[in-house]
Amino acid sequence: MPIEILMPALSPTMEEGNVSKWLKKEGDKVVAGDVIAEIETDKATMEVEAVDEGTLAKIVVPAGTEGVKVNTLIAVLAVDGEDIDKAGEGIGEEPAKAETAAPAPAAAKSEGAAPVAAAPRTEIAADPDIPAGTEMVSTTVREALRDAMAEEMRRDADVFVMGEEVAEYQGAYKITQGLLQEFGARRVVDTPITEHGFAGVGVGAAMAGLRPIVEFMTFNFAMQAIDHIINSAAKTLYMSGGQMGAPIVFRGPNGAAARVAAQHSQCYAAWYSHIPGLKVVMPYTAADAKGLLKAAIRDPNPVIFLENEILYGQSFDVPKIDDFVLPIGKARIHKSGKDVTIVSFGIGMSYTVKAEAELRGMGIDAEIIDLRTIRPLDFDTIIASVKKTNRLVVVEEGFPQSSVGDHIASQVSQRAFDFLDAPVITIAGKDVPMPYAANLEKLALPNVGEVVEAVKAVTYR
Amino acid sequence: MATAARKAPAKTKPKSDGKSAGLSAPKPVDFTKDEELDAYRRMLLIRRFEEKAGQLYGMGFIGGFCHLYIGQEAVVTGMKMALIDGDQMITAYRDHGHMLAMELSPRGVMAELTGRRGGLSRGKGGSMHMFSKEKHFYGGHGIVGAQVSLGTGLAFANRYRGNNNVTLTYFGDGAANQGQVYESFNMASLWKLPVIFIIENNRYAMGTSVTRSSAETDFSHRGASFKIPGIQVDGMDVRAVKAAGDLATEWCRDGKGPLILEMQTYRYRGHSMSDPAKYRSKEEVQKMRSERGPIEQVKARLLDKKWADEDELKAVDKEVRDIVADAAEFAQNDAEPDPSELWTDIVL
Repeated sequence: MPIEILMPALSPTMEEGNVSKWLKKEGDKVVAGDVIAEIETDKATMEVEAVDEGTLAKIVVPAGTEGVKVNTLIAVLAVDGEDIDKAGEGIGEEPAKAETAAPAPAAAKSEGAAPVAAAPRTEIAADPDIPAGTEMVSTTVREALRDAMAEEMRRDADVFVMGEEVAEYQGAYKITQGLLQEFGARRVVDTPITEHGFAGVGVGAAMAGLRPIVEFMTFNFAMQAIDHIINSAAKTLYMSGGQMGAPIVFRGPNGAAARVAAQHSQCYAAWYSHIPGLKVVMPYTAADAKGLLKAAIRDPNPVIFLENEILYGQSFDVPKIDDFVLPIGKARIHKSGKDVTIVSFGIGMSYTVKAEAELRGMGIDAEIIDLRTIRPLDFDTIIASVKKTNRLVVVEEGFPQSSVGDHIASQVSQRAFDFLDAPVITIAGKDVPMPYAANLEKLALPNVGEVVEAVKAVTYR
Repeated sequence: MATAARKAPAKTKPKSDGKSAGLSAPKPVDFTKDEELDAYRRMLLIRRFEEKAGQLYGMGFIGGFCHLYIGQEAVVTGMKMALIDGDQMITAYRDHGHMLAMELSPRGVMAELTGRRGGLSRGKGGSMHMFSKEKHFYGGHGIVGAQVSLGTGLAFANRYRGNNNVTLTYFGDGAANQGQVYESFNMASLWKLPVIFIIENNRYAMGTSVTRSSAETDFSHRGASFKIPGIQVDGMDVRAVKAAGDLATEWCRDGKGPLILEMQTYRYRGHSMSDPAKYRSKEEVQKMRSERGPIEQVKARLLDKKWADEDELKAVDKEVRDIVADAAEFAQNDAEPDPSELWTDIVL
């Protein structure tokens, strides 16, 4: 059988090219690796090497021909003493027919406009019941986070924590206090100041089956590491066809603290929530911090766990239960109400809770939803609430453009438009880098008054 | 090979860097007949596979980027010969050769190149992204340099578990200038991780020659600031690679920490399929091919020592071509992934 030489595709986007020169003529012997022709693409002139051995029996597309479609028959190679006249016989008279010589890849055929099936739904379990009479212990968010890590490290020898100052310094914000003493330097690992590198080391260890908790001194520094978080951790499960994932937690304080200016004051909730393959958790209370961090450590996926420096020292009741684990992906109704839904998360809840108290004084009964998880986002809880209250305000500290609130507003308008009695109002940080001056910083952040005004606006008060 | 670092307790600083440790490339050790034939067959499989991949790309069966390993076969082949079960490998995007060296199925690799459901990543990874936990191959990474930190993490896991395995972390002369490489060197040396950093110096980072991109072109020196010894190895001679691999794996298994192997090699083809490689002369390529060809070297020795005749070597070629033809046949005819695969493997 003679071998058909087809017009090759020489770049990801090439559809046609010019046969600029033949370097072999009919009747020439060809061995594998010989350059037989030059093809000009829109990018470059490429040499075409023979893959097989034989004799060039017929040149179907002569030099100088332009616009030759990929996979068009351009020449015929006779092999193993085949008669070259016979090999070339009847070929090339109908170039149109020759074009179909090679089967086009299936992808080229499936350019329909058929709608793409939606993502399948995954059910997320409700919070565990807390038995009546369970003792509630006032705990700081800081202690809750430490307890969560310690409990999981006792439970699973593959869990370890690494980051800057996590061991001997006891944590830059004292979240890892006492862990070195209990678990030793093998499992509580001080790293050099190299976020990009140690994030990658953590992901590599996770690919090998360990369960790293990578602490960033702040998520502002995780910008150095974001390539590993997204390209290495979040995408590997998909790119490997499910063979290999990265069970890893990236945690640390996120967002504005106090008077640390633009480079240290940014909320990354919206950034990470954009990425398929990640889970993004941002708790407000100590109980949620504990239950969700334990869940994050057990989760087989990369989890971004966004904490807040201002909340670290705040105390909340935490149920005294042996193994308190909360579901990732489930919002919590912080307070039920009937007049308006206020959705918030993390430090945004501080403004919301204070605003709710003021609103109550005005006779407005607000329902507060604490998202707790930003991805996957619990739209069921939000939409059920909006169907009841018909009004929605979202509160967060991050920048306004493409914010979490914007995404919620868009989804609610698509899924529950008929239930809305007012436009959704999203409250976010101002669209400016965080200023240092105390007065300007205050102006840049959301405030309780803005939340109250927004609620009054959507309730037409 | 004597070094002050050798017996140093973990907490004290090693007293010598790579150069003063006196490490130099071990002399290539002659292969046995079986080793020569094994190396010949393994390298030929990579060569024929890549030629076929290039052909299928030209026919439009393979899309996107396709970076061929032709010319560099001795590097992965010699290193693989130095491994024990459980040793890991990780590399960047010029990865088909590494996968075949780690004995991933040629059908699975080729079908991934064509984006079919029988591909190793079920058609969702492509040329640059394939993995096999079973064969200890950790990718296949498209971001230049990322695999160096990841490979350091694999070695971290080995040390954490206290097993005897080492991690081969491959990267090119181009990636050797990435910042995270040095962050990883620092941690690997600080924590004495069992990782071999293999710099495949094929002289060109895409189209930029090492002299135009690198202030220090002796890549074996690149670990000096981190007290990581390095060796330059003739990466075209599979025996030299194997000898360096034996030395390096022993070094790591002895708990001495990381080692750098600069493999001096050459890529015959362009950076990717769309690269006409105009940044180097035809004579340079031709000289390497004719004088240093990794497969030709083994072939010449086999013939010279009369360990095989032309017919026997042709038979090996035929056997390899059949494997590749079967893989190509499978890869062209296997179905595309089911549309439902769009939504699978995103999170567990």
